[in-house]
Amino acid sequence: MEEEVIFVSSDILVGEVAKIKVKGFRFVTMSCVELDGNTVNILYHFDKDLMLKHLRLTASKDSAVPSISSVYFAAFLVENEIQDFFGIRFKGLVLDYERTLYLDEEVKIKPFCRYTLEKSDQKEPVTPKNATGS
Amino acid sequence: MLKTIIPFGPQHPVLPEPLHLKLTVEDEVIKEALPALGFIHRGLEMLANIRDFHQTIQVVERVCGICSMMHAMCYCQGIEEIMGIEVPPRAKFLRIIWSELHRMHSHLLWLGRFADSFGFESLFMQFWKIREKVLDINEATTGNRVIVSVNVIGGVRRDLNSEQMRWILSGLSWVGDEIGRLETTLLSDYTVKKRTVGKGVLPKERAFELGAAGPTARASGIAQDMRMLGYSALDQLDFEPVVETDGDCYARGKFRFCEVLQSINLIRQAISVIPEGEMRVKVKGRPEGESFSRIEQSRGELFYYIKANGSKNLDRLRIRTPSFANIPALLGMLPGMWLSDLPVVVLSIDPCISCTER
Amino acid sequence: MFKMTRNVLKNLFSKKATRQYPRVARKPFERVRGALFNDIEKCTFCSVCALKCPSQCIKVDKKVGTWTYDPFACVYCGICVDICPARSLHQKRDYRNPVAEHETILLKDKPK
Repeated sequence: MEEEVIFVSSDILVGEVAKIKVKGFRFVTMSCVELDGNTVNILYHFDKDLMLKHLRLTASKDSAVPSISSVYFAAFLVENEIQDFFGIRFKGLVLDYERTLYLDEEVKIKPFCRYTLEKSDQKEPVTPKNATGS
Repeated sequence: MLKTIIPFGPQHPVLPEPLHLKLTVEDEVIKEALPALGFIHRGLEMLANIRDFHQTIQVVERVCGICSMMHAMCYCQGIEEIMGIEVPPRAKFLRIIWSELHRMHSHLLWLGRFADSFGFESLFMQFWKIREKVLDINEATTGNRVIVSVNVIGGVRRDLNSEQMRWILSGLSWVGDEIGRLETTLLSDYTVKKRTVGKGVLPKERAFELGAAGPTARASGIAQDMRMLGYSALDQLDFEPVVETDGDCYARGKFRFCEVLQSINLIRQAISVIPEGEMRVKVKGRPEGESFSRIEQSRGELFYYIKANGSKNLDRLRIRTPSFANIPALLGMLPGMWLSDLPVVVLSIDPCISCTER
Repeated sequence: MFKMTRNVLKNLFSKKATRQYPRVARKPFERVRGALFNDIEKCTFCSVCALKCPSQCIKVDKKVGTWTYDPFACVYCGICVDICPARSLHQKRDYRNPVAEHETILLKDKPK
């Protein structure tokens, strides 16, 4: 199973995804990895005839990333989940829950996770640190 | 016409796990539906960053109880691809045998709940009686009924001797006979057909566009099964995906019924050609790199993205389960349907919400 | 109507489909992963079981010679049994009985 990973930037993202849809690819999912405190890597995965194709986008948590839910409707659920977990905003979401997909509207701290992980030396185990001190 | 908003769930007798749908209903016909998740989110992807990569197998198995072996297998495949470990051939066949037993157990459970959703309780009990035999096979060969915990990185932990294999084969022929007895009741009964034929139709193009996975897609005519990739000894077995074309609830029921028989066939083939050898290899070192791994779980295509950075803990473990991909497909089926058909249709995509929300 | 009579008579006179538990209990299979026990005389307090446990339910103190285990946090996966070098850990075939309060098992021996 060969996979190709293509690097894109946020201005050409929607155009590339539209070209992929025309070629007949099925949307699999999106993944989000935190690189350091402020930058994330968003990966888009597509599939056609059992061959995978990926797009990789590097974005910072402050800027809004264009949404592909206008091209693939099924992406709205994953994008809402990434908004909840990582604190990024997507612009142009077809159905925007505004960070209430997993949380109630009364919750004020978003993202809700109060732990951050400190990457220490390889010999020591990773310990979760409590971010808000509660 | 006045529009009413009716909540479906999170507690409902037909749902195994909590799922909330806000339905906009006009005079008993559903116009649109809005899902709300988050009742059962446990944060397992973050737990994978805290435990080391061997202990994560146990974490990943508990994402879903019904398909736990397949989650562990996908994770082990991903780590083995990063570290370049070659699993011995006997372990590959053993993994296939236990995965197909899990698939049979999951489909028998679903068939029972499907019968219960339109009120046919005695058929529900009959299917679950047959499922007990599969759970007995699990318990005798691996030590546990549901969460079997036999996968390790580099192979499997338990072996099967020839006496156990003979016992498995006789158990499977009993299961095959009993299922054959129930076939006419499930598939040709007048009442069953009235409740399921023509309900919740998903045409082939919509299924492809909405990213449906597994039985939801294959019952609408898309012939894509991840087992055709040939992972883990499946390339040495004879396999044809089951496909139905109607796309309604009846087609999905008939499809899962045929898949049980296909799984029995695959296990018989695997037992007849399994080679001798050891069951695991020693693993040294730590993973570094990225990998994508996919297998066919009972509900569809399971996708894992693993990123490791050379330390004992993983950098990122991303799990995309087929129930997550089937929720937009469910939203595509609902408009235009009667409210009373809703439980049968929601159950027909096999929602496993603990997989969806991890 | 007559088709159903045949089924009713057949079901009236055949044996039951369920086992009459608790009068008839099934014997557990071999190598079932039940309750965990430690043979404290053979234990060397190397703490490999505490390091490898996925749910971190075992704590070992080598200097004092104690082995502490929380049976309610344990997931009964059997990894500690597989890797114990002194082979002092083993799992019985029966599951632990339900109890009214949370208990922790503490075993002591001379430190080795």
